[in-house]
Amino acid sequence: MQWETVIGLEIHAQLATRSKIFSASSTQYGAEPNTQANAVDLGMPGVLPVLNREAVHMAIKFALATDAEIGKHNVFARKNYFYPDLPKGYQISQMSLPIVGTGTVTVELDDGEIKEVGLTRAHLEEDAGKSVHEEFHDATGVDLNRAGTPLLEIVSEPDMRSAKEAVAYARKIHSLVRYIEICDGNMQEGSFRCDANVSIRPVGQEELGTRSEIKNVNSFRFLERAINFEVERQIDILEGGGEVVQETRLYDADNDETRSMRSKEEANDYRYFPDPDLLPVQIEDELIESLRSGMPELPDVRRKRFIADFELSEYDAGVMTADRRTADYFETVLDKSGASAKLACSWISGELFSRLNKDGVELVDSPVDAARFSGLVARIHDNTISGKIGKDILDKMWAGDDDVDAIIDKEGLRQISDTSEIEKMIDDVIAANPDQLAEYRSGKDKLLAYFVGQVMKASRGKANPGQLNKLLQEKLKA
Amino acid sequence: MAVDNKVVEQVAHLARVQISADSVADYATDMSGVLELAAQMDQVDTSSVEPMAHPTHAVQRLRDDVVDEVNQRDAFQAIAPSVENGYYLVPPVIE
Repeated sequence: MQWETVIGLEIHAQLATRSKIFSASSTQYGAEPNTQANAVDLGMPGVLPVLNREAVHMAIKFALATDAEIGKHNVFARKNYFYPDLPKGYQISQMSLPIVGTGTVTVELDDGEIKEVGLTRAHLEEDAGKSVHEEFHDATGVDLNRAGTPLLEIVSEPDMRSAKEAVAYARKIHSLVRYIEICDGNMQEGSFRCDANVSIRPVGQEELGTRSEIKNVNSFRFLERAINFEVERQIDILEGGGEVVQETRLYDADNDETRSMRSKEEANDYRYFPDPDLLPVQIEDELIESLRSGMPELPDVRRKRFIADFELSEYDAGVMTADRRTADYFETVLDKSGASAKLACSWISGELFSRLNKDGVELVDSPVDAARFSGLVARIHDNTISGKIGKDILDKMWAGDDDVDAIIDKEGLRQISDTSEIEKMIDDVIAANPDQLAEYRSGKDKLLAYFVGQVMKASRGKANPGQLNKLLQEKLKA
Repeated sequence: MAVDNKVVEQVAHLARVQISADSVADYATDMSGVLELAAQMDQVDTSSVEPMAHPTHAVQRLRDDVVDEVNQRDAFQAIAPSVENGYYLVPPVIE
């Protein structure tokens, strides 16, 4: 039988607020356990949650970025369940009236095909704490620093038909939330987590099959592998005459398999009801409009503009708009250096990115900011220095505070483009190599490279390579 | 919509409430009564009434995104039954 895979994703994006969604505790990652958990986060009696304005604004920005409906009247509800990392015995979430309603995300697949994925909703909720099982003997440790961190849970329609489509969609959301700066997207630190609802059905069947939910996958690679494993598992069950059980499964990366996490008899019954501690949230049109006017140009729009205005290739435009800081950096360099987009792009994606990767540094923390980098690209563009010397200078800029012109002057690296100066060096080299000259003239063309190398060496790498080539060939022929 | 003993036990389990075996039937009767009342109210035509999320007609006031909490871990952990290395300890929850 031919099977069709059906996938929907629930993505939890931690919102990049400074304080928690309902308390004034810090959301900073990596603090000592329980040093950022106050009375509200601990669920002490008598405390009241007070909603963080920034979290509301960030959710609205997400709605604006995905053309989604905005729940102008949205309500928080209690989702009741018991687990040690949830001190109140309920999670404050949203149920029937979420802050973000239906929307659409356009996803470009590897083969260039465009796919529209429907958004069912996105709602605000608080994160739970963290349980640590390994470090204690016969006990579980609970760290509530994460409890109360704002989350936007983004729920898609079951519109994806393969693991690859699911990954493309997840990457798209990941890029979008970072672009509009509502989430740092750090998957290792759990700022961006994916749950996948996976089911299969015979091709042509309308009705959905029974699904399983794969929880908390923390990389795109694992997401793809987990879904593929799950699809195979379900096909094996159905083709062996069995039935898929609706359950939650955990992806085990070490063994590349999914495992049952919660059994069926513990059926989820969260008994949602409106949280009496929180009033309905009213969103006024003026707020929406003011947030709309502050929205950055979105990645798809920017990519198209880079292709149309700067004549970048589809691929280069994709790399330059993969995140907002790269795109801003690129535009600054382009603007200040006066260089072509192609030159700016190749220096950013090549020399800059390789140094950042090597040092494990993010672009925001780059030792060479866009303004200094522009100076370097400008000097390559106006032929003051060659590309090769540019790389050496970048190394020096990386290690210190000098800008490009200071290094050029200090080290005398200015490219030699004075014809008479280059000619003189060529004459000297030819005079010093009579044998090679004779061989060249008798047909050993390959010796050209030898002469280029000798003149370059004489100029200490500073001769303009284009001019050198041209002049040398003329002189050798003569 | 009558509540039977099984439903009582299930609800008690969800709420982690311990009830004695001989009171299950009484709870079933009481809860059935509550649901009957709800069913009776359900007969009122409310099609023109907005669902109410909160009895007051106020809307939520929002807080600025400012961190102004200091670390009071020692004070909170002083009343916890068991702590170690800054963690609250609970019975093991690994399944």
